[in-house]
Amino acid sequence: MDAVAWFKDVGISDRPTVGGKGGSLGELTRAGIAVPPGFVVTTSAFERFLEVIEARAPVRSKVEALDPHDLGAATKLSEELRWRVIEEPMPADVEQAILAAHARLTEDETPVAVRSSATTEDAEDASFAGLQDTFLWVLTGADMVARVRECWGSLYSVESMTYRRKQNFPEDGVAMAVVIQAMVDARCAGVMFTRSPITGDKSVITIEGAPGLGSAVVSGEVTPDRWVLGKITGEISVRDISDKHAKQVPAEGGGIKEVELEGDERTQPCLSDDELQALREVGRQIERHYGKPQDIEWAIDKAGQVLLLQSRPETVWATKDALAPVKPPEDNPLKHVMSIFGGRK
Amino acid sequence: MSEAKSFPLPSDLQVVPGTEAAQAAYPYYTQFVPDDDQKFWFYNSMHFPEPMHHFDMITAEAAYVALGAFNTRVHVLPTAKGIDHRVINGRVYIGGVAVTDPEEIAERVEQFQQRAFYYYEHWEDLYAQWKDKMKALIADAQALPKPSLPDYEPLETTHTGKGIASNHALLDIYQKQVEGYHRMWHHHFEFLLLGYGAYMTFFDFCKKAFPEISDQAISRMVAGMEAEIFRPDEEVKRLARRAVELGVDQHFTDNMDIDQVLAELDKVGNSGKAWLEELETSRNPWFNVSSGDGFYHYHRSWNDDLSLPFAALPGYIEKIKAGRNIERPTEQLIAEREQLVADYRELLDTDEDKATYDQLIGLAHRVFPYVEGHKFYCEHWYTNLFFNKIREFGELLAEHGFFGPQGREDDVFHLNQYELESAIIDLMLAWGIGSEPRGPAHWPAIIAQRKAAIEEWGKHSTSPALGAVPDVIDDPAIVMLWGITRENLDTWLDDGAENDKELKGFAACSGVVEGTARVIKSVAEIGRIQQGDILVCQVTNPTWSPLFQKISAAVSDIGGSMSHMAIVAREYGLPAVVGTGKATQTIKDGARIRVDGGRGVVTILDDERVLEDA
Repeated sequence: MDAVAWFKDVGISDRPTVGGKGGSLGELTRAGIAVPPGFVVTTSAFERFLEVIEARAPVRSKVEALDPHDLGAATKLSEELRWRVIEEPMPADVEQAILAAHARLTEDETPVAVRSSATTEDAEDASFAGLQDTFLWVLTGADMVARVRECWGSLYSVESMTYRRKQNFPEDGVAMAVVIQAMVDARCAGVMFTRSPITGDKSVITIEGAPGLGSAVVSGEVTPDRWVLGKITGEISVRDISDKHAKQVPAEGGGIKEVELEGDERTQPCLSDDELQALREVGRQIERHYGKPQDIEWAIDKAGQVLLLQSRPETVWATKDALAPVKPPEDNPLKHVMSIFGGRK
Repeated sequence: MSEAKSFPLPSDLQVVPGTEAAQAAYPYYTQFVPDDDQKFWFYNSMHFPEPMHHFDMITAEAAYVALGAFNTRVHVLPTAKGIDHRVINGRVYIGGVAVTDPEEIAERVEQFQQRAFYYYEHWEDLYAQWKDKMKALIADAQALPKPSLPDYEPLETTHTGKGIASNHALLDIYQKQVEGYHRMWHHHFEFLLLGYGAYMTFFDFCKKAFPEISDQAISRMVAGMEAEIFRPDEEVKRLARRAVELGVDQHFTDNMDIDQVLAELDKVGNSGKAWLEELETSRNPWFNVSSGDGFYHYHRSWNDDLSLPFAALPGYIEKIKAGRNIERPTEQLIAEREQLVADYRELLDTDEDKATYDQLIGLAHRVFPYVEGHKFYCEHWYTNLFFNKIREFGELLAEHGFFGPQGREDDVFHLNQYELESAIIDLMLAWGIGSEPRGPAHWPAIIAQRKAAIEEWGKHSTSPALGAVPDVIDDPAIVMLWGITRENLDTWLDDGAENDKELKGFAACSGVVEGTARVIKSVAEIGRIQQGDILVCQVTNPTWSPLFQKISAAVSDIGGSMSHMAIVAREYGLPAVVGTGKATQTIKDGARIRVDGGRGVVTILDDERVLEDA
């Protein structure tokens, strides 16, 4: 297994080595969806690195020996291990491979997003979701490597380690992949659910968006514009245009900053009807590819192109599906009309 | 429950002062009585949005006679009997008669299943038979002669030993025509509730399976490809194509004088005459479409006034000459409908639901041709013949001075049906006796009084409902035909708080358009519509569809998301909001408005009149 894997070369089944996020981006790329290009720093890179630092002093055995209820010990161990992951030398070939891939991706110009990509289903549970890291608008190769180390280090946060100890997961299987993806300076961005988050209706698509980078919408810093579209018909049944007080944009030295909004950008819809329809098409395409409703992050670049940043299966309503049919069939189909003519039951 | 708001009681309503005599002239069985305070009533603004001429009440009466009979005693709907009606200040209020006793419901369920299920099972055959019955009924009406009174009976009457004089024919024609109208309404309700019921069953399933599905999407899934409602417009397209083929298209221009064009075509030789023959073919029967919904005598047909179809000809001719295909792409529409049905089916989670969906869409498709097709035969063709026959009596009575020196044939519609029969008998007597009829001294003052009353009533708005709001509306007829639910009633009660720049209606066809409102109150005004205008009118109707090529959106006072207008708008992809209740009153002609057909909202952006190009 190589230290890096390009999106186009991986799919969902590669989750154990590229994580859920990396596998999904690979899957979308292969399905012909417009995804900003990128690669994954695989778990094999992490394993090679861990091997080197384990050789100097134990890591996994210390975590396994941790009493999850001893918060003081956990804090102390977390500080120690995160410092080691961030500071201790990386095997040269691993670092070279990551830097070479980065150079090829960015030609030393394009900023990237660095995101941790967890390898197990459990790791995507709500209890874990907040523990994963995202770094936006990372400018140089050196910065990128430092952010990769931070993502690795998040495995040794107090919350993450005590969670694993309480669940009694063997440390041997614990690894982290990291996604490096070219970043678009989005004109606007947001999320899309290919069903209704309110009623679970699979016949509609809900789109939320706001000017600037999608992080403002995902983090809830800005109330986005919201639309509901017929998935099949494209009719736009809801248009909630909000007062968008701010947007997040790239900062000069890397990272992001917030700027106040005024005028049309603040009060007018951030998407045109044509763009909404383009998003609907992409949403349907992804849903068809996976065979189930999706929770999608998208962006529209300054040239007006729709790009997909992430897609994962919708989980809240999925558990309620198929519990009971809406109405069972009748031996004589005419009996159905009694629900109209037969009065209240 | 909020007790603060409620509708007035029938006994709270006052007859507008000065119109008492006109009110009293409606039949006694349509007058509110004290006991009516116990019941819930709502204003039937959907079918009768304007104060009723006394004669036109026959439409309400004949319809409720037939609807009641079919619900109560023919199909035996388990939970509801007929619809009762009252009229006050020219406004028609109606109320349902619910069945609540569980034993009676159970008994009626058994009856209903034997009767209604038979109809569903034999739908296609019974509907084919229905069309034959309707065509025969129409032929009977067409065969009725124009009422007239000769000075002397033709010699033939005596030489053939006929033994009946011409004055008898007046009563015979009148009674046959009234009888035919009642018969037509029976035919009308033979299938209607069952058809709507089967459709609603599918509709309810879709709303449960897809809680946020739009009404439009559901109706597009069942929309039939039956020719009747589209046919009049297709005939106009055909005439446009023939005009180009025959090389007479240059005669048709915007704002043309139709009589002059027809005269010119008659003179230009064979090609002109050939086109006029084509026109005759189209007129019978397809121009028997009413430019309104056919419920009032003044909703005239294309045959009575050619301005509507002719207004559409220049636009169609231009498109044909530009090489565009304007014919209705039936095959493609069917393919689109099938795709839609398949796509929604695919979203269902379980095989059980898919099986139910298949059963329900099958039934909806079976019944829908009637739901869409009956109106052409009933409300358009027959009703048009009926009112025109009454108009002929108007002409005869006017000739004999019944409506005074300035009397017009349409004054006849100020008499109720019994009064008209009495006027006819008055004339029959006078003709036979050889004396003067009494009518000329009797009717002119009454007609003047009723004209004034109708004008006065039109200035007064009326409560959308009367009496205590029921906890739940459980009458399938009221829900299906009028779209009245407990939720609408609550909205009506809240009406006062509404934003006066925003009108809500049924979302008929999605799309957002901003433009200039053209408020059109009658067919005579259609010449004012400019390319790209938003049509604002009272009743939207498929007969207006030739104009859809010119406008960018449509708004109406009346109509539901299943109204014919909505169906046609969807087919044209024209954003439309129907059933706003008051668009023609609230929106000023020339105002800038936004139509959001997906949400059913019309917003007035700028009341300033945008100058028209004269």
